[in-house]
Amino acid sequence: MINNEIKSYFPILNQEVNGHPLVYLDSAATSQKPIQVIEAISNYYRFDNSNVHRGVHTLGNRATESYEGAREKVRNFISAKSTQEIIFMRGTTTAINTVAQSYGSANVQEGDEIVITYMEHHSNIIPWQQLAKQKGAVLKYVDLEEDGTLSLEKVRETITERTKIVSIMYVSNVLGTMNPIKEIAQIAHENGAIMVVDGAQAAPHLRIDVQDLDCDFLAFSGHKMCGPTGIGVLYGKKELLEQMEPVEFGGEMIDFVGLFDSTWKELPWKFEGGTPIIAGAVGLAAAIDFLEEIGLDEIEKHEHELASYAMDRMSTIKGLSIFGPKDPGERAGIVTFNLDDVHPHDVATVLDMNGIAVRAGHHCAQPLMKWLQVTATARASFYLYNSVDDIDRLVAGLNTAKEYFNDVF
Amino acid sequence: MSFNNLDQLYRTVIMDHYKKPRNKGSLEDGSVTIDMNNPTCGDRIHLTLQVTDGIVENAKFDGEGCSISMASASMMTQAVKGKPVDEALKLSTIFSDIMLGKEYDDSIDLGDIEALAGVAKFPARIKCATLAWKAMEKGVQNESHS
Repeated sequence: MINNEIKSYFPILNQEVNGHPLVYLDSAATSQKPIQVIEAISNYYRFDNSNVHRGVHTLGNRATESYEGAREKVRNFISAKSTQEIIFMRGTTTAINTVAQSYGSANVQEGDEIVITYMEHHSNIIPWQQLAKQKGAVLKYVDLEEDGTLSLEKVRETITERTKIVSIMYVSNVLGTMNPIKEIAQIAHENGAIMVVDGAQAAPHLRIDVQDLDCDFLAFSGHKMCGPTGIGVLYGKKELLEQMEPVEFGGEMIDFVGLFDSTWKELPWKFEGGTPIIAGAVGLAAAIDFLEEIGLDEIEKHEHELASYAMDRMSTIKGLSIFGPKDPGERAGIVTFNLDDVHPHDVATVLDMNGIAVRAGHHCAQPLMKWLQVTATARASFYLYNSVDDIDRLVAGLNTAKEYFNDVF
Repeated sequence: MSFNNLDQLYRTVIMDHYKKPRNKGSLEDGSVTIDMNNPTCGDRIHLTLQVTDGIVENAKFDGEGCSISMASASMMTQAVKGKPVDEALKLSTIFSDIMLGKEYDDSIDLGDIEALAGVAKFPARIKCATLAWKAMEKGVQNESHS
């Protein structure tokens, strides 16, 4: 059950900003952290810190157990078959780059196709642009419907037998659109391509089942789901990961090292060169415990309710336009909008002066901004600690911005 | 609701430049063209400068952005028009000092530009205000090297 008690677990939210109680509506950029996560990281450093997979000593064992225990939590969280399929990385960006540079380098040839969409985040565009340039491959974009959704018909038209990789975001960080990943994965597989899922905006908000989706790779970040920055996950099907070469080489990931040749550890460690992100994994595990105690289904429902309330209330503001699906049931808790005649930066500054944090700009999605024919937009994104009161404050702030820019001058 | 804190940033003269920009457009025979953008937010300026014998004879701008970036571009073109290149660069240095909250040379009449001093208190908006000045600097430097 999501109620006001949840907010009390987030110490950062209990403060005033510019003389007003803080309303944090920028969780799509990064979420806030509950005390359970902050304490897990702090306790790790206070009591258990040591390097993993090496020492014989007790602290080394505790650190290894915590780190590998976090891997099992992640496996269960996304319903993967095996912990060998869970690789800890810095975040979504590193995970997608790893797939592009390892799987992509080995399997994409001149004239092959890589398919993405116009709504992708830069982190799911540029790694593929680079791979396409290196290989002389063709990067193709699936066009969007007018309301910012994907039609399976257009997906089918774009993916061909020359397509080797399809990489699409599960939930749009701008439009809030929830994409039909399972159906797209099926189309990709029918054409002999693999399916990569950018799960950065999905993992925090809805239950992911990689076996049900039948995706080949899934990337997501800890910091958007109540965990710390600097830790993320690459999930990959074991049979694919086994064929792939590591991208980073060094300590931790080796089996035997000779003078001129070396061999790699087995999965998942061959992809985790160097001392791993141990405290990050501990924090991520605590975040998963926290989210699962509340329930991902509850969180998703709460966000739909907030999105629905926000869209209702915001559409009463004259001159305010909302991008993306009109039906709140079809979107996550993200509402991107523009206010007539007031630039998004100015909107964000007025809101900030009222203690309300929103994002303004291109949201790392310049091709999508071009598609929407805007240079920038403002975005309010909601999470489990937000309430309808926060949205009332947002609406009041937007009315202030409108009044200030249209009437004062 | 009080607008006092907002008024520190959005002074009347800034909003006047935003709503009625001076020197908007593009010079046909502009001797220097500079396109710059602010990659973090998407603000963009297209500046044309006509520099003859070390004097900025004319300046026009086009672009898209927030009130601060567009007002600053309007004020910048107004300030440098008719000035020798070294004076235009001096103004740019003073403007940068104002934005950084440093002591600045106040012997020069800054006119409307002074209204932007409040931006220094809004760190997230400083880049908006400096975009046009950076474009101008790049333009006159290219010109003096050619």
